[in-house]
Amino acid sequence: MTIYRFRNCTLMRNHALIIDDLWIRHGKIIDPEKIFFDEKIQADIEYDCQGVLIAPGYIDLQINGAFGHDFSSPNEVNENILIDVARKLTSHGVTAFLPTIVSSSIDTYKILLPKYKRQVGSAKDGATILGIHIEGPFLNEDKRGAHRTDFLRESPHGIEDLLSCYGSFDNVSIVTIAPEIPNMIENVIPILIEKYGLIVSIGHSMASLDIGERAICSGARFITHLFNAMLPFHHRDPGLVGLLTSHRLPATIVIHYGLIVDGIHTHSAAVRLAHRVHPQGLVLVTDAVPALGLPDGIYRMGADEIVVEKKRATIAGTQTLCGSIASLAECVQNMRQALLDGEINKSNEKKIFDDKDKNKFIVESIEAATVHPASVLHIENQKGTLSFGADADFILLDDKLNVLSTFIAGEQAWTVNDKWLINNLHIKSYQ
Amino acid sequence: MRLVITKDYSEMSEWGARYIKKRINDFKPGPNRYFVLGLPTGNTPLGTYRKLIEFVNAKQLSFKYVITFNMDEYVGLPRDHPEGYHSFMWNNFFKYIDIDPKNVHILNGNAPDLIKECDEYERAIKDAGGIELFVGGIGPDGHIAFNEPGSSLISRTRVKTLAQDTISANARFFNNDVNQVPKSALTVGVGTVMDSREVMILISGTAKAYALHMAIEEGVNHMWTVSAFQNHQRFLCVCDEDATMELKVKTVRYFKGLMAVHSQLIEDSGHPSLLQTEN
Repeated sequence: MTIYRFRNCTLMRNHALIIDDLWIRHGKIIDPEKIFFDEKIQADIEYDCQGVLIAPGYIDLQINGAFGHDFSSPNEVNENILIDVARKLTSHGVTAFLPTIVSSSIDTYKILLPKYKRQVGSAKDGATILGIHIEGPFLNEDKRGAHRTDFLRESPHGIEDLLSCYGSFDNVSIVTIAPEIPNMIENVIPILIEKYGLIVSIGHSMASLDIGERAICSGARFITHLFNAMLPFHHRDPGLVGLLTSHRLPATIVIHYGLIVDGIHTHSAAVRLAHRVHPQGLVLVTDAVPALGLPDGIYRMGADEIVVEKKRATIAGTQTLCGSIASLAECVQNMRQALLDGEINKSNEKKIFDDKDKNKFIVESIEAATVHPASVLHIENQKGTLSFGADADFILLDDKLNVLSTFIAGEQAWTVNDKWLINNLHIKSYQ
Repeated sequence: MRLVITKDYSEMSEWGARYIKKRINDFKPGPNRYFVLGLPTGNTPLGTYRKLIEFVNAKQLSFKYVITFNMDEYVGLPRDHPEGYHSFMWNNFFKYIDIDPKNVHILNGNAPDLIKECDEYERAIKDAGGIELFVGGIGPDGHIAFNEPGSSLISRTRVKTLAQDTISANARFFNNDVNQVPKSALTVGVGTVMDSREVMILISGTAKAYALHMAIEEGVNHMWTVSAFQNHQRFLCVCDEDATMELKVKTVRYFKGLMAVHSQLIEDSGHPSLLQTEN
């Protein structure tokens, strides 16, 4: 099996940027020291990466559609739209994602859920499909956001109501529910986790902090787009936002929270607040609508029409935001900028500022789109990391964190221009 | 013996690296003519390794036709332990140069039969044609490799129990816990190193000063095993000023006076036949 050696890379490893080589074989990242001493062989093909920054490929846990395709629409030919989006997302540095379905009718779930199957990514087929994220319909009407009221449901019979709504959980990875709905905490959440092996996320909810804590204790581990579609933080009842600093959760539990950092859904001060308080839980999600990747105009999502204008997406006829159209790569850039903005007034010395940027902000922004989402799904040894043994899904970034090229399973899936074409990086042997 | 006295650690490292580079290049290694190099571990050679890596990156030196034999390795330490000498050599040298892994030899401290492992190492050196240049350091107790005081001066590659001094000195690499330091090691013998066609010892710092004095100004003594090289035809000692602190002024002045000759050993224009002169 051919061994590839990417030389002169600035790798993101162990929470830092280091100059090192990246070795790949069989679509996986391998340990060159073992190859050297155990197998006593050298790399077959070498590439010169000219010092470029190499990060794990981005992982999007919440994306409702993109490039004109709507994951919640039962009308289109669905397997193909999934692959089309999977391929085009590589241009955003995304190497794995969860197609997300908003609150829909039972009939729609019957059609869609069996069609979106998990799929291993490749250069040919695009990003890995890690399973479906079902957002709704068991949500609180008062915090439904862009979800349609007539599709919302309750669960008086507990898990049975979810089963009769969705049909099957086979292709599902994450379910977002409002924990205050009766029977969710006592019955539904534990069963979803223990019997169906799902990740439960709480959101679109009016829950108090107390209910939030009970939901976490019963197994929920993710908060859907923090700050949006939940009660705002209040100093006497912090609500779900207070989960970031709750003292009533077992120390072993790490709560993750999605954050839409498109420059619109979350004020940069709120980004910094959440980050300072609980940096290891921050997961960047796009919550993107089908218009992601398309120019301004009017598009369909779920059973609604949405208007895209100047980086904002709203429900036609209202001011209600219905998701973002910033790519995950842009979200990473926005997060880094938000962190930088928080330092500007603090430090007078440019060197300290630059060091913090390089050693902390770049790393943490990238981690929020790689190892953190991977941890939510318990796949942090395989995805979202450049550790030995992980899948070789990685991206090349410039110093502004623009994506230059995307690799999936060690093969080049996308490049921004010829300069980064793999053949042009190839080191021809001398001598 | 030639004694080369440089200003400081950095200059010593550069001198040592340039010497190795010139020796290899003058040798003109090729597919049927490998340069066999003996290598050390520890703090002293780090600067030299760094410099050699620079030469490889600048395409002034290639390890394509070089075979290496390391001096020693701990017994019982997992091969990938960060304090083991396999890790040391990989992280500080091999990962950056163009050496063929098949040409790299390091003793295996986890071999099922340690004595057989040592015997086979000796045979491998012989099969490679013997060592052309053995680079080493010196312990504060004057030892070469793990040939602790009292080692036979004609010893071969074997298992050695480490001296208490050595274990204490190494504790800092094992969480400052002497109990975690391996108690024995496989090491080339004094005789093994003596068999090489040239020996170069790097010595830096005041902590090694007394050992240097005992190695070159007193008699050949198995308590200071580096002293055995006084009987070697080509013994090259490269040290810095600090390491000369226990030497006689006379010794230092004499060898400093020879620097005009010795510096030819690292000049590109220096004639390879210099090796044959003056020892």
